[in-house]
Amino acid sequence: MAGLELLSDQGFRIDGRRSHELRKIQCRLGVFKQADGSAYIEQGNTKVLAAVYGPHEVKGSRAKMLQDKVLVNCQYSMATFSTGERKRRPRGDRKSTEMTMHLKQTFDAAIITNLYPRSQIDIYVEVLQSDGGNYCASVNAATLALIDAGIPLKDYVCACSAGFVNDTPIVDISYLEESGGGPELIVTILPKSEQIVFLEQNSRLHEDNLSKVLDVASKGCKDIYAILDRAVRDHVSKVSNVANTTE
Amino acid sequence: MLTSKVFVKKTKRGGVLKVVREHYLRDDITCGSQHCTKCDHNVNVETENSPETDIDSYNVGKSKTQPLVISPPSNSELCSSSHYVIPDTNVVLHQIDVLEDESLQNFIILQTVIDEVKHRSLPANKRLKDILANSSKHFYTFCNEYNSETYVEREPGESSNDRNDRAIRTAAKWYTNHLQEYEKDISIVLLTDDNDNRTKAKEAGIMSFTVHEYIKSLKNGGNLIDRLAWKSSAGTQQEGKLIYPEHIATSDILKGVKSGKYLQGSFMASRENYLEASVNVTESEKFVLIQGHQNLNRAVHSDIVAIEMLPEAEWSCPSSLVLEDTAQAEDDALEDDSKLKNKVPEHLRQPTGRVVGIIKRNWRQYCGILKPSLLKKGTKHLFVPAERRIPKIRIETRQAEDLATQRIIVAIDSWPRSSRYPQGHFVRKLGNIGDKGAENEVLLLEHDVPHQVFSEKVLSFLPKMPWSITKEDMKHRKDLRDIVVCSVDPPGCTDIDDALHCRLLDNGNYEVGVHIADVSHFIRPGTALDEEAANRGTTVYLTDKRIDMVPELLSSNLCSLRCDVERLAFTVIWEMTEDAKILNTSFTKSVINSKASLMYSEAQARIDDKTMNDELTLSLRGLNKLAKLLKQSRIDAGALCLASTEVRFQVDSETADPIDVQTKKLLETNSMVEEFMLLANISVAKKILEEFPNCALLRRHPSPPPSNFEPVIKAASSKGFIMDCSSNKNLAESLNKAEFDENPYFNTMLRIMTTRCMMQAVYFCSGMLPESEYVHYGLAAAIYTHFTSPIRRYSDIIVHRLLAVCIGADASYPDLLEKKKTQSLCNNLNYRHKMAQYAGRASVNLHTHLFFKTRVQDEDGYVLFVRKNALQVLIPKYGLEGTLYLNENKKSPTQFVYNEEQDTQTAGDVVFHVFDHVIIQLSIDRSNVQHLKLAINLVKPQIPGFSVAPASQVDGEKEKVGPPSKKARK
Repeated sequence: MAGLELLSDQGFRIDGRRSHELRKIQCRLGVFKQADGSAYIEQGNTKVLAAVYGPHEVKGSRAKMLQDKVLVNCQYSMATFSTGERKRRPRGDRKSTEMTMHLKQTFDAAIITNLYPRSQIDIYVEVLQSDGGNYCASVNAATLALIDAGIPLKDYVCACSAGFVNDTPIVDISYLEESGGGPELIVTILPKSEQIVFLEQNSRLHEDNLSKVLDVASKGCKDIYAILDRAVRDHVSKVSNVANTTE
Repeated sequence: MLTSKVFVKKTKRGGVLKVVREHYLRDDITCGSQHCTKCDHNVNVETENSPETDIDSYNVGKSKTQPLVISPPSNSELCSSSHYVIPDTNVVLHQIDVLEDESLQNFIILQTVIDEVKHRSLPANKRLKDILANSSKHFYTFCNEYNSETYVEREPGESSNDRNDRAIRTAAKWYTNHLQEYEKDISIVLLTDDNDNRTKAKEAGIMSFTVHEYIKSLKNGGNLIDRLAWKSSAGTQQEGKLIYPEHIATSDILKGVKSGKYLQGSFMASRENYLEASVNVTESEKFVLIQGHQNLNRAVHSDIVAIEMLPEAEWSCPSSLVLEDTAQAEDDALEDDSKLKNKVPEHLRQPTGRVVGIIKRNWRQYCGILKPSLLKKGTKHLFVPAERRIPKIRIETRQAEDLATQRIIVAIDSWPRSSRYPQGHFVRKLGNIGDKGAENEVLLLEHDVPHQVFSEKVLSFLPKMPWSITKEDMKHRKDLRDIVVCSVDPPGCTDIDDALHCRLLDNGNYEVGVHIADVSHFIRPGTALDEEAANRGTTVYLTDKRIDMVPELLSSNLCSLRCDVERLAFTVIWEMTEDAKILNTSFTKSVINSKASLMYSEAQARIDDKTMNDELTLSLRGLNKLAKLLKQSRIDAGALCLASTEVRFQVDSETADPIDVQTKKLLETNSMVEEFMLLANISVAKKILEEFPNCALLRRHPSPPPSNFEPVIKAASSKGFIMDCSSNKNLAESLNKAEFDENPYFNTMLRIMTTRCMMQAVYFCSGMLPESEYVHYGLAAAIYTHFTSPIRRYSDIIVHRLLAVCIGADASYPDLLEKKKTQSLCNNLNYRHKMAQYAGRASVNLHTHLFFKTRVQDEDGYVLFVRKNALQVLIPKYGLEGTLYLNENKKSPTQFVYNEEQDTQTAGDVVFHVFDHVIIQLSIDRSNVQHLKLAINLVKPQIPGFSVAPASQVDGEKEKVGPPSKKARK
């Protein structure tokens, strides 16, 4: 690795985290009034907004309608100002289409889809600031937004990335750590059942190391779960308090 | 437990880019002192070793005891209480030699310091890491940048250096306060040579000294003072005449390089002439000539420099002078330059430049001796390095008398403009001059050959004796114990890594097997043994010594395919037709039982003896027959037969001094073994590339650029031969045709010269280069690797592992399949390989000198090159090349005249051409104790006033003992 030492001998990463530490996560539910559900999450410098509409009747062509389950429609986009250099990002470029597909697959698996046949749920995700782990933050934000919208899920969906440096797995890698070109594993799980919903790997990683990295990423997902769960409970109790006082 | 702080950085990448990075500040970074009860020293240990997260094996806190001891004894008179020391960046960078000393303990190295060291000097960084890893030194790394209490933000207008100094002071202050609250006081001492920093530290209440003050105050620091680097601070060295032009500031250099005004390249001093060097320009791979003190401008061999091209009118050419730096006084630097001044004919001019600045110094430690000084009691001395490309170094020492007879190591500290020589300091001594052990040590150190005895840790991975083959071992192996296998090697060889067999099959075809020691069975990836072997890279053969790559138990016993014992092997088996066409190839791990370990001559005798018709001899004859066919087809494809001069010394058994020399003889059996090894290597290369297109370790030999051949073409044409160097095949043919009756040695010399035109063959990882560059030029093979000598080459071990994975006999492991790691391994192997070769040659030189210590001999010689002031003479009997200086004596009646066009030297009616036969006298020039030089004088043809009288032959006959022999194979 030229120049940059991603993990120092003392066990610190460039930003001062240890190998198993997540970035700081802050999140809020119900940030928009118009959408049925919405959420905002910050994972370090990666900041994502998610909005959920539905379930509602299928819009546009009726051919897309599914008879036995709900149609999950996702849209992922990045703000022009989300990276160091301002760049116009038209919808439907390769990268965001791929991301959209991944999100759709993930939530198809997590939403209890057979409850709403012949209808549609829209999930809109906007990356406001990007610093690595965009997919993970998007999934986590969308989960919160779906919960806010009251859509039945099998479980929370938590995503976390992990890298592998100096024979040590590192969790929740930042843009700097991603751009080193080392292996990157992105895992989405349902924390309670520990079922893997989505798994993606970039660059080569020897099979002997896969389980180590996977364990670390899953552990990261569970840590994120704990944080999201607390945020949801806080939000719910706040909302119910407000409701109680107005009554 | 985390606070987060975002800091903004601007970096240049084409334009200005704003980079936002998080920076977490923590409160769990401990002070590392056993004294301290305030820090929760166990916090990291617990979180990291808890069952769910056992991830972090890196932390220093892993061991429960903290590195810094409770009450370190104080030896310093400046600070009599117990204390810990915090050095600043410059102290670590410049005084790393001192820091490495055992007596300095309980230092705190700040993260700021480590980061800065890393940026400024990679070697220093590596040594610092080694020190930190050594637990007996009690050094502790304090991550002050991540600690919420010691982190400092850069203030507007503050330079990053100032900010780092402030960070160091803040950390020192924090430590002072942190440790003050205990009963037994431990103070903190900040070491810095920066006056400003020291004043500010004192203001803040931190005890602070310069390194020199501190080391001098140490009670046991006597020998440390010599090892201190010179102060490069302004006040002391400014006086005196400025000899050299100023170096340009780094920022200007970078700007200049970008705009094309300056060129960047690595500086390579000439071995022959200390006033000449060439710079290998990074971008264009071209060489630029640098001449004269002013233009060389304090660059030292292997530095990365910035150069400026001179106007074309001032271009010059290598002077063909062989010059040694003999200047006595300081100030004759300028005069030296005049030795080179001459008008150069236009067509000979080469691009010439001058050094304007140094981009990166690549100084290391140098071996050598002190130059005898006129003032015996003085402390300033000149040090003469053994490597001729390194200038003399000025050092200050009080033990000069003691060191005068010693080989010593010295490091360079700086090279101020006013000093003719760089300034350095003494590091350690190696032993007496002329003592063989010390000389060998010098040789190994100069060539960076790791030669320490294997550590306990490494040895712990060896198999336990008595060792035998178990059922487990047999799992993936074929039992070939009943096949008649034999090995053929040079005499005295104990590390036998190959054996052969050949038998006639029922269908009339031959089955030929090559069995290679299965070293990878014993050296498992990732063990300390493996790492050590990977670092050593190759076994180094010196004339009287072998430096093993793997411990002796493996190299000479368990892996050595000796006769009549069962050994594990990796086998390649071919089925071949009678005319050596390969029908099929198979690879397997096996167990063999060699029936005989033969010497080349023994094997030859068996083949030649018509009366012997046992199975072994028949097998050898079969092999020999096939080998000849293989060789022919290889030569038809364009493989080159090149010559080099290799000699063997016969060494006295008691004094280990050489008695006689002989050039190596080549028998048919040598080439027989070689052919099959080449075939095995090529077959394996094909197999591993097929299976691992991205990460196979291969060996390539690039075809040399046509310009490389110019000296050969020129030399050959002087005798009327035309060399066609357009392809390896044409070259081989022209070499074969160039026979010359009058001079039987002519062809060999031409081949030697051709060898010098070749590029180095190198290891590489297949994923890093396009397939067209895999070619091996010398062997005329499309693809090649090393498989057949795993005992003495690490590359072969990797190839064994790859092949084992291919055939399912072994599992792969992560690093094996990573092309970047394989490539960096290759780079190390290439380096070690080159150094091993140089070390071998240097060892031969050393023994040549010992050999001629008591002798004066006349020998036949041939002129290899004609230079401006010298003739380069080759002495075939000893494989030696010597320089015959001309015109050294200005008063001599005969003066030589150099003709550049025709490459001749003329004195009176005697003309010297390339390839001319001469008789010369060899003796040892004792005028310089450091470099015992082999002196060469002309005997015939006689030139009055220049040549010397023939010497009476001196003969010594003593017992003959073979030195450890090296196999001369590709």
